[in-house]
Amino acid sequence: MVRRLLQRVGLGPRPGEVDAATRAGFEATLARLTAPSGPDAGIAATPPPDVTPSRARGAARRDPAVRRQTRDEGRELTVWWLDRMAAADQPFPERLAFFWHGHFATSLRKVRSAGLMLRQNATFRALGGGDFRLLARAMVVDPAMLVWLDGTGNRVGKPNENLAREFMELFTLGIGRYTEDDVRAGARALTGWGIDANGDPTFSARAHDPGPVAVLGTTAALDAPAFVDLLLEQPASARHLAGRVWTRFVADPAPDAAALDPLMAAYGPGRDVTALVRAAARSPMFADASGVLVRQPVEWLVGGLRAVRAKASDLPPRALDTGLTGMGQVPFAPPDVGGWPAGRPWLSTTAALARLGLAKEVASVGDLSPVTDVAAGSRVDAAADLLGLPGWTDRTRAALAPLTNDPGRLVALAMAAPENTVSA
Amino acid sequence: MSTSTRTTHVLNRRKFLAWSGAGAVALAGGGIGIAEIAARTRTDPLPTGTGVLVVLTLYGGNDGLNTVVPAADSAYQNARPDLAYRPEEVLDLGGGLGLNPGMTGLKKHWDNRRLAIVHGVGYPRPDRSHFRSMGIWHTASPESQSTSGWIGRWLDTAAGVTPDPLLAASLDPVLPPMLVGTRTAAVGLPLTGLTLPGGVAGSAFAGLGAGSAGEHELQAAAAAAVADLHRTVRTIGPVTARDGDAAAGGAAAGSAAARAGGRKARSTLAAQLDAVAGCIELGVPTRVYSVSLGGFDTHAGERATQQQLLTEVDTAVSPFLDRMATSDRGRGATMLVYSEFGRRVAANANEGTDHGTASPVFVAGAAVQGGFVGEQPDLTDLDDGDLVATTDFRDVYATLLAGVLGTDPERVLGAGRSVLPLFAT
Repeated sequence: MVRRLLQRVGLGPRPGEVDAATRAGFEATLARLTAPSGPDAGIAATPPPDVTPSRARGAARRDPAVRRQTRDEGRELTVWWLDRMAAADQPFPERLAFFWHGHFATSLRKVRSAGLMLRQNATFRALGGGDFRLLARAMVVDPAMLVWLDGTGNRVGKPNENLAREFMELFTLGIGRYTEDDVRAGARALTGWGIDANGDPTFSARAHDPGPVAVLGTTAALDAPAFVDLLLEQPASARHLAGRVWTRFVADPAPDAAALDPLMAAYGPGRDVTALVRAAARSPMFADASGVLVRQPVEWLVGGLRAVRAKASDLPPRALDTGLTGMGQVPFAPPDVGGWPAGRPWLSTTAALARLGLAKEVASVGDLSPVTDVAAGSRVDAAADLLGLPGWTDRTRAALAPLTNDPGRLVALAMAAPENTVSA
Repeated sequence: MSTSTRTTHVLNRRKFLAWSGAGAVALAGGGIGIAEIAARTRTDPLPTGTGVLVVLTLYGGNDGLNTVVPAADSAYQNARPDLAYRPEEVLDLGGGLGLNPGMTGLKKHWDNRRLAIVHGVGYPRPDRSHFRSMGIWHTASPESQSTSGWIGRWLDTAAGVTPDPLLAASLDPVLPPMLVGTRTAAVGLPLTGLTLPGGVAGSAFAGLGAGSAGEHELQAAAAAAVADLHRTVRTIGPVTARDGDAAAGGAAAGSAAARAGGRKARSTLAAQLDAVAGCIELGVPTRVYSVSLGGFDTHAGERATQQQLLTEVDTAVSPFLDRMATSDRGRGATMLVYSEFGRRVAANANEGTDHGTASPVFVAGAAVQGGFVGEQPDLTDLDDGDLVATTDFRDVYATLLAGVLGTDPERVLGAGRSVLPLFAT
């Protein structure tokens, strides 16, 4: 199942990578992917855009020129991240950053600052593979998150429950693992945070509720880091996270409790996220033919870009926008704090149409030489190789066969085929 | 109310959305019914007057108290002094209640007795999690785990032995759980012109939609989506291409005009409802359409945001209702407007409100008996700061299943549901 590693732990194979990984074997490939080292030329060639570091305040927020700039910077940021994912020689940190983006789902549409979103994105990259506690502590006071879940308005005497609730329900424990009283108490623990003009989080003791508060059976004067620590001490938190990793890396149906045990063991007291992902990749289901995942639209697009060595910024901006919107996933704009769906909801008729349109655009800017350089009779197979797929069903082979003299269309239709829409 | 004492529901948004998806595999295989459906629209379209349900979901938890406003009630004014509307600000509905000032169009429909407002709609033991509550409204299953939506369950049996996904359609790119059944799921209608490639590429794309023996069900679902897309285009293509291009062109032209002359560009919801209106007028066999608007989760700075959103709703819905009133087919359409929960009575410190419980639901259309239905919740008898629901949302669904879709509600919702006086008998 080396292909699955390259697709799911990486971001999709480039030409030649499947062969090299097959020769190296599963364990070696998994090790190489999850322990990136040395300089990454692709990343170095895709520096982040220069955006306003913080968020407009007061009257400036309503200024149309400021709004326009905010929107433009948001688009720049989105294209940049797609470029970076397509260019990365070592894709695992980007893969993890994308996973965390779907987990601590925050939307630019409410945050209205490319600078704050970029900062959150950088945190996902820097802290995404190590001790989950460091990441969680960073997220509970992350400026974009504070804006998104109204943390900045949460003050002593006038608590706002949004951040505390979603932190428990979605980010750490799961539904039913806490009470409404815990939410109220958690809100009090998280009081006192704001954002300064540079976009840094600030803490005001005066605005903080000194407590003590009672959360999950512990009564203490809790502050934000102590609140997070308390949540992560609950056994439910490891299981919740392991379940999330399972859904995105291993298989669609929920696993038996026992299937998550090795993942939780690897996560361990050190809360090691990379070890958790490795354990997921080593689970029997990862190697099982039935462990098929539907590729998220961004994963599908980045996979296609990597296969033809193209960049998102090569695509006409309107086409990229229409395509991602039509497929239902725009980076930095999850529909809500629950993140994006998994599985069949991606397979709507609307998405099918958008996928084809975007596939045509990618094929028209990409390097199709692995297909054009071979004889027409071998091009259908070459298209499968190009995309890192083991082959085609008779159905798809029959559909693609008439297109061998039109490599652009052949590759576009290959990208839109069911075999490439899932990670099988 | 303590969530830890509730029977464990594993339902969270992600799991909840991981379901049976677009299109039955049976239809993907041999194209059974494709030609029939296209032919049906041309030669034997939906009989005039057949009920069509249009469901508008407001995502985020719309604040019911600032939508149907008890402005004269001192309990309301005292609980949220910075958020409350004064009696002279709201549009009078009678009985001490007024409509949010942003909803002037719907006020007109109220005056014409084509808008019904159902008070205090919710369910027992309310859940303040977005996703759990939304899940409950989508599945109509507050007490037990369910992985099928209520319209999805209707869809499973509405066409007889072989489910017909085309009977329900979503205008959103990702299918909402409400439309996913156990055997099939609704189709998606893209807004921007349904144009499929022609020629060799066209045949190739169509070919990708065929079934393939032995492939994994998810891969088969991907193929089925392509097949359903082709079916949808054959049936509805001309309508959405006309309105969709208007939407796409209109949005671009609209924003250019807005820059030039200050006019506001048309919203996506308005464009969605335009496409729905066109389909209904054409007699497309679809019986249920789903549209939506998000952004109602007003934890902070609520009043202006919510009024803006409700204005957007009104600006899209009111002309849609006007248009539907002008044709026989349109007069068969009934619209449901709901949100997955209301908000707390008292404001929080950020001039917003936190997740609450019961909320009013709107039902509008030519067949609807306008007026208030049910009992306005008592603002002096709250449950831990929340309104107590006086109508079970499943009774609203039951009334629509029976009165609009002509279906026995028990098949979808189980026994024990009441029908509300929304339609003249």
